[in-house]
Amino acid sequence: MADEPLVLGIETSCDETGVGIVRGTTLLADAVASSVDEHARFGGVVPEVASRAHLEAMVPTIDRALKEAGVSARDLDGIAVTAGPGLAGALLVGVSAAKAYAYALGKPLYGVNHLASHICVDQLEHGALPEPTMALLVSGGHSSLLLSTDITSDVRPLGATIDDAAGEAFDKIARVLNLGFPGGPVIDRYAREGDPAAIAFPRGLTGPRDAAYDFSFSGLKTAVARWIEARRAAGEEVPVRDVAASFQEAIVDVLTRKAVRACRDEGVDHLMIGGGVAANSRLRALAQERCEAAGIRLRVPRPKLCTDNGAMVAALGAEMVARNRAASSWDLSADSSLPVTDPHVPGREHSHDHDHVHEVSKENLYS
Amino acid sequence: MLLLALDTATPAVTVALHDGEAVIASSSQVDARRHGELLLPAVDRVLTEAGLKLDAVTALVVGIGPGPYTGLRVGLMTADTFGLALGVPVHGLCTLDGLAYASDIEKGPFVVATDARRKEVYWATYADSRTRLTDPAVDRPADIADRVAGLPAVGAGALLYPDTFPSAHEPEHVSAAALASLAAEKLAAGEELPAPRPLYLRRPDAQVPKNYKVVTPK
Ligand SMILES: [Zn+2]
Repeated sequence: MADEPLVLGIETSCDETGVGIVRGTTLLADAVASSVDEHARFGGVVPEVASRAHLEAMVPTIDRALKEAGVSARDLDGIAVTAGPGLAGALLVGVSAAKAYAYALGKPLYGVNHLASHICVDQLEHGALPEPTMALLVSGGHSSLLLSTDITSDVRPLGATIDDAAGEAFDKIARVLNLGFPGGPVIDRYAREGDPAAIAFPRGLTGPRDAAYDFSFSGLKTAVARWIEARRAAGEEVPVRDVAASFQEAIVDVLTRKAVRACRDEGVDHLMIGGGVAANSRLRALAQERCEAAGIRLRVPRPKLCTDNGAMVAALGAEMVARNRAASSWDLSADSSLPVTDPHVPGREHSHDHDHVHEVSKENLYS
Repeated sequence: MLLLALDTATPAVTVALHDGEAVIASSSQVDARRHGELLLPAVDRVLTEAGLKLDAVTALVVGIGPGPYTGLRVGLMTADTFGLALGVPVHGLCTLDGLAYASDIEKGPFVVATDARRKEVYWATYADSRTRLTDPAVDRPADIADRVAGLPAVGAGALLYPDTFPSAHEPEHVSAAALASLAAEKLAAGEELPAPRPLYLRRPDAQVPKNYKVVTPK
């Protein structure tokens, strides 16, 4: 145990300032400072508000994580940070902090991919990831089906949303129903008391000729909004619980159907679900039901590890150390559109025809 | 004492080391879009040039702006985190003060103005290179023309708008060397420096979405 890598991870791709500490696949600390309340009145995440909050929260959150883990910064084996994808300005705050921290402590730096981190976090809950693993990532920013044979080097996108992310649809429908922001938890709550079969909302991209693993939630969102407006126009009361349940059912039906199909088609017997929407109780229940019927083992981390956090970044960083992946260089930049196929951003080879590549002298790193 | 100074509030990514007597190493690169990439290698280069390691640093001083936010935060976050890791104090200093200190204007009043983008400048007036007369502000050049009329001016914001600042001249951007020297002078005099918190001067751009848009065609 003690020789497993001790890694601190920093996550600032959206509105959560997350700092986590793991030893191998063991979670030691998961400190999160959220600016969600500051965004609530805007009905969505405001990038500049998030960036400002990250700057203020970073040092206290690092401190809190170290205390929670009961480890000294000197004992860390590496610092990992979300290099992308995400909000450019928000990512840059985390990358700046991680670089300064790693440099000052004389530790290697690992810029890692946010999406791969969402998958890797499950190692903290259910142990080493099976290889291959099918992953369904659903949040306010992403809806993807990913197949990974090695989370540090091989993540293949099978499908993704062609319009809205699943979490975005939750936010929009919650706004139409005047339920506030963020929409996921509140819709989940209302839906528990509603009838999921009350209204037959459309299932996007499920026709025989549609892309098997892609998602579309924009048509559903419009259909739900239209249905509500028709009620309001007729002076009728909107059955919020039934609308919430039926809307939610349409989303989780498509998500789980496509994820199980992808597992079957690819011969993968494990499905991992991550991202903020994985906290949805109906998604978890329906996925469980359908995976059992198909003989697939379902792995969903506890809700706090599904939403954005630093522990997931640390988990992937620890895996990078364990598998001897190349560290990032000191000129690591935040990449708001880092491709999902890049689990991390290894340092560039020293090259004399790139005058902006500065090799950092080892002498300045004391450890 | 060994003071490490950083500033990323202007297009310059600038780093300097000051030993209490003088600046012993410095680096300035102008690239408004790569603050995040350039800063840490610059810190490393400056330390190497001085033959020192980061743990020799006894205090940090960082430009707190005003400046375009994304770049500004790179320096602040870096200084904050160095301070945490090293357990040394982190001081702030107004970036415009650093520019005023670097100017060779003997007698004021004069103006320091940097580019705030969106056709505005960050600016303040100075009695001399060490004495600021007004709080840093952000304005359209035309709107402050009366207040700066006839005054010498330095900084990219002044050079950019010759109609308002006809006698604008160098320096264009702040240098950490100036910032370090000013900080060392103030610390030696027992002056308290500002906290290393950003001077944004503008509220975040955030529109409360209009009432939910009706999607049903009327
Ligand atoms: Zn996420």
